[in-house]
Amino acid sequence: MPVNSSIFQTSTFRLAAIYLLVFVISAGAILGYVYYTTVGLLERQTEDTIHAEVVGLADQYRLLGVAGLAETVHRRSTETDGAIYLLEGPGQTFVAGNLDAMPLGVTQNQTWVDFPITVGKAPATVQHTAHGFQVELANGYDLLVGRDVNALRQFREVIREALLWAVGMSLVIGLGGGYLMSRNFLRRVDAITGATRVIMAGDLSGRMPVAGSNDELDRLSGSLNDMLSQIERLMNGMKEVSSNVAHDLKTPLTRMRARIEAALRQDSVQEYKTALSQTIDECDHLLRTFNALLSIAQAESGQMRQSLQPLDLNDTLTDVVELYEPLVEDAGGSLKLESNVGLNIRGDRQLIAQVLNNLIDNAMKYGESEAGKGAEIRVRGLIEGENVVVEVSDYGGGIGENDRAHVLNRFVRLDESRSKPGNGLGLSLVASVMTLHSGQLQLEDNKPGLRAVLRLPIYRQAS
Amino acid sequence: MQHAELTSEAQQGTEMHMRILVIEDDREAASWLVKGLRESGHIVDLATEGLQGLTMALEGVHDVCIIDRMLPLMDGLTVIQKMRASDLKTPVLILSALTDVDERVKGLRAGGDDYLAKPYAFAELLARVEGLGSRKLLDPKDAKLRALDLEIDLMTRTVTRGGKPIVLQPREFKLLEYLVRNAGHIVTRTMLLEKVWDYHFDPQTNVIDVHVSRLRAKLDKGFSEQLLQTVRGAGYMIRAR
Repeated sequence: MPVNSSIFQTSTFRLAAIYLLVFVISAGAILGYVYYTTVGLLERQTEDTIHAEVVGLADQYRLLGVAGLAETVHRRSTETDGAIYLLEGPGQTFVAGNLDAMPLGVTQNQTWVDFPITVGKAPATVQHTAHGFQVELANGYDLLVGRDVNALRQFREVIREALLWAVGMSLVIGLGGGYLMSRNFLRRVDAITGATRVIMAGDLSGRMPVAGSNDELDRLSGSLNDMLSQIERLMNGMKEVSSNVAHDLKTPLTRMRARIEAALRQDSVQEYKTALSQTIDECDHLLRTFNALLSIAQAESGQMRQSLQPLDLNDTLTDVVELYEPLVEDAGGSLKLESNVGLNIRGDRQLIAQVLNNLIDNAMKYGESEAGKGAEIRVRGLIEGENVVVEVSDYGGGIGENDRAHVLNRFVRLDESRSKPGNGLGLSLVASVMTLHSGQLQLEDNKPGLRAVLRLPIYRQAS
Repeated sequence: MQHAELTSEAQQGTEMHMRILVIEDDREAASWLVKGLRESGHIVDLATEGLQGLTMALEGVHDVCIIDRMLPLMDGLTVIQKMRASDLKTPVLILSALTDVDERVKGLRAGGDDYLAKPYAFAELLARVEGLGSRKLLDPKDAKLRALDLEIDLMTRTVTRGGKPIVLQPREFKLLEYLVRNAGHIVTRTMLLEKVWDYHFDPQTNVIDVHVSRLRAKLDKGFSEQLLQTVRGAGYMIRAR
């Protein structure tokens, strides 16, 4: 498929052609009207005059006979400038007038006829055109009355030529302009098409050309570029996730394989049992990773948005804190809740509880102010403007400002945390569940420690 | 290490022999499941597709049905719906590889009694199946639960052991009530998190153990005999006798 498609197929050219057609038709109509009102009018006046004269002369013939008519014709022939008369007797004999003989083409009674005449005195004569009307009178007499219409014909020619020129010129200029416009448009569209081909070939960093004129094509290119940036970002995220998944699966699988191989080399039931039960633990860890990934994917897909129910977050906070309090206390720490009823949101109780579970679990793991002392964790639920805000704070090492956005990505584990159990998906799940709830997760400095802040839109019951 | 002795120890809790119908189309998974259940002392019938499964279930001779969510010929949920439509009340455990949060709700709404996501630990499945098989409807007149010398009064919400009152927090009461209702059967940590706290996610920590050991401290304080036992690699059990 060639990139350079025909100019005549572009929408710009078609548009130009349609406009041109409309323009030519209207110009033709205007000129036609001018023609009708000028040349046409003059011609009709001439014919009317001739006709009236024919009628008058025919009356004279009836009243005064041939002699009277001949006399009038003779007088008028000499008197009226540009008028042509001819009265012929039976057998086409000349009786009176300023024309020698009946012009060719006059065969029928009462017909209009155009004929050439010679004007001026020899040798300075010119050929003119005359327009006349012929009638047969009684007793074999023929009468022709005409006018020299040379000036009129010339005028008509001028008008006709002007009309043709106008139409011709507008056709040429219009088509040429349309061609140039289309070529410019086509060139830019071809540039965009070329850019898409580069992107389709796999180079996601390619972008649409922007001319800088901020016209509709530029705006289109602009929004396509925004879309491409978003796609590139998502694709990079996907690539990172898949390579991380692969890596995160490879490590435990390698361990598992090595362990089983080592056990098979032994010949002891106890060795087998140990290796198998360790393999089950490893499998469970892998399954947990998969489940966490699936939960994140499910939350991110947004399918569950319809199934969110109104709930008081205070209940969930109370539940989860009650669930965790003994565990935190046994580790030597403390878990305090400050909250009141009426933290109404639309949410999924299970997912929200899992979010709190992850945050408290993180605080337990990383929130110890001194190693082995247990973490002091504070959970707060409050209303702030149009948001229900939940804070989970600890007094541990916190997360450096530069790492705070990074830790939300899947499988990211900071160096300090590698020694602790976990899969690097906890905060990713929190972030994706917040997105599902149209809320957000912010990691802040608790000075010292980390404060994870959840903001969820408040739900007000329609009353 | 904890899984090594799993089967034999898990069997300790089994004092009943049930007839179980398994409807599962994956033959290998089904054969392991049937083997495990038989080793635990149960009689097992197997159907590998939905229609056959429904026909067998409608015989009404089983104590528990284990039904896979997705089956050839007739979907697992449809099988359950038809069973319930025929007024068959056999408890059903749904197995499913689908992890969507809504799936559990759909399964229970169709008439399932419990839901277990694949892959599962056999001990978890066994505990749930035996829990379903032993479900007895509580006589409303006798609002008391008993296990050994422990007595729970559901009306006054008081607990005594050997006549001595034990003060419990509301959640501890609920935990104990669930354990006593399943007395003689193993109850897993996941079952406790689901039935006592109504949470269906994996906490990845030993939150439940801490609650159980606190409850145990209250129950066994001043008694030589341990009432609430830990079954290694499986869960907890309150002795019935």
